[in-house]
Amino acid sequence: MTDRKIRVLVAKPGLDGHDRGAKVIARALRDAGMEVIYTGLRQTPEMIAAAALQEDVDAVGVSILSGAHNTLCPRIVQLLQERGMDDCLVLVGGIVPKEDVPRLKEMGVAEVFLPGTSTEDIVTFLRNNVRPRA
Amino acid sequence: MSEVKEIASPEQAAVERWEDETLAPVLQKRPERKKRFETVSLDAVERLYTPADVLDINFDEDTSFPGEFPYTRGIHPTGYRGKLWTMRQFAGFGTPEETNARFKYLMAEGQTGLSVAYDLPTLMGYDADAMLSEGEVGKCGVAVSSLADMETLFDGIPLEAVTVSQTINAPASVLLAMYLVVAEKQGADWRKISGTLQNDILKEYIAQKEWIYPIRPAMKLVIDTFEFCTRHVPKYNPISVSGYHIREAGSTAMQELAFTLRDGIEYVQWGVDAGLDVDEFVPRISFFFNAHNDFFEEIAKYRAARRIWSRTMRERFNAKDPRTLQLRFHTQTAGVSLTVQQPLNNIVRVAIQALAGVLGGTQSLHTDAYDEALALPTDRAALIALRTQQIIAEETGVVNTVDPLGGSYFLESLTKKLEDGALDYFAKIDAMGGMVSAVEKGFPQREIQESAYQYQKAVERGEQTIVGVNKYQMGDEQSKIDILVIDESVRAHQIARLDEARARRDNGAVANALEKLKLAAQAGDNTMPATIEAVRAYATLGEICDALRDVYGLYEEPAF
Repeated sequence: MTDRKIRVLVAKPGLDGHDRGAKVIARALRDAGMEVIYTGLRQTPEMIAAAALQEDVDAVGVSILSGAHNTLCPRIVQLLQERGMDDCLVLVGGIVPKEDVPRLKEMGVAEVFLPGTSTEDIVTFLRNNVRPRA
Repeated sequence: MSEVKEIASPEQAAVERWEDETLAPVLQKRPERKKRFETVSLDAVERLYTPADVLDINFDEDTSFPGEFPYTRGIHPTGYRGKLWTMRQFAGFGTPEETNARFKYLMAEGQTGLSVAYDLPTLMGYDADAMLSEGEVGKCGVAVSSLADMETLFDGIPLEAVTVSQTINAPASVLLAMYLVVAEKQGADWRKISGTLQNDILKEYIAQKEWIYPIRPAMKLVIDTFEFCTRHVPKYNPISVSGYHIREAGSTAMQELAFTLRDGIEYVQWGVDAGLDVDEFVPRISFFFNAHNDFFEEIAKYRAARRIWSRTMRERFNAKDPRTLQLRFHTQTAGVSLTVQQPLNNIVRVAIQALAGVLGGTQSLHTDAYDEALALPTDRAALIALRTQQIIAEETGVVNTVDPLGGSYFLESLTKKLEDGALDYFAKIDAMGGMVSAVEKGFPQREIQESAYQYQKAVERGEQTIVGVNKYQMGDEQSKIDILVIDESVRAHQIARLDEARARRDNGAVANALEKLKLAAQAGDNTMPATIEAVRAYATLGEICDALRDVYGLYEEPAF
């Protein structure tokens, strides 16, 4: 049996153009042997969910530094669920106040990675939490 | 076969003697802590700098005196003994009313200039009620959709007396027009008002990524503002060529220096090509650099910037006016260096970074607030940031003499090294046909991405230390601090204001003005007069940008 490579969509929703983190993460995941698709900037939640479905990804990594996470992240989770992608993990990174983390998790975000997180931690999290496929 | 051996200079011979007699026995007993010492840009730093390292630096030609070519030691002969730098804290959040109150608070506490942060919809040329603005209104800065918002923002602030810097790029010409109309309504004389528009569109494609139109028409809009300001607002700086964002996106100090100055050269070239006189418009071009953690590398960067700029203006553009040769710059401490973990440590980082900006001879300075890795600053955090500058200015004594570190073997050698590295980048970019072409090819973008990745890896290997993040961590790290929360009511408030402005105005006049703007854009005429007319009629930012979107189209970033 060959292991399917973990597939991750790295997404930048909203108007925020700060893509340093998203690009560093995308490259680190690639270097760790995962298949990474980067959406580019200014994607709506609908575009992100559609791309996740089309690319059949195991996880969506959402990078937001503008403060719009409470509006955008729950919608991405909801749209993924509507498309039957309940197993797809949604990870969030960026400038997110700690107080917002529990609420985001309640709404279905698998994990929130705050500034200073090592890329190794994100790789490990994905390896441990992505559901193996038949 | 005879071997030609280079004869060591007496300076080099002296170093070799010291290495043999004094250094070697010590290294034998105790090796150094690591093999390679490097700057935050991952550039190697030697053990010791001596006269041997500055043999190729000529005092008269390379260093010289402050106020004299090539201005390495500063543009003013008296440094800060004559005038301190302008303490210009970047501020903006929520509604125009809230930001107006923060401006008045900062000025009451001794701040000497204003700097406006706009929210993302404004930066992208969308009104508060646009679909894409949802969740973003007032979050990263103040929301401004029409002249009515601008009037409120500067209510009670006399624009003829206060200099205002505006961080706005893709729609900069529209915000400039709004600013000029507000000034006019206050009774201010355009010929007397001063201030700065960021208006640096090249670094948007390179690093900050808040673009609207394709690169070449966007450059044309920048040149329109140069032309207009040269004629009508002669004391205003229509551009602040910015390395700040290039650095924040992950570049090294050398890349920041090289790409920023090469951007500056590109604007000058486009201005010259449009028929402007170098000695008329270039003196109003200002710069904006980052102040990062590596103290000496930063100071060397500012000194190298002045030297490169003056030489380039003289050699490439035959500039004559000393003001054309003098690089003036604003500095902001490195937001990217701030940590969420143990946030009060950020106060110390900011103080040291700010000190580098001052020792590098900055004209104005923004010090970041300690809570900026978490949210926009609270009043308390913003006040400590301002007090940091006041302590440097009035307690440390570093302002008492001009370019106090000039002549340091290390600093002079580093200044030269950064200069040489930047000139190598210039040669590469020139070979690509200039900066616009280099950006279209993704060259600076890729260089920056690579540096950002290498830095992250160095942090993860523990080669670069971030206190509280990869060393000296504490259990539940995020100390409890109050943060500023912008709630969703800001958007409703702004939409109500927008509806009100639309209801009051003459819609026929708006439609006419927008049509005129499109015609000017299509004809390649200067768009500023038509933009001002549209603003006067209370056309909104979104409407004006839509008119230009119709003519110019939208930029799509290729995958680099």
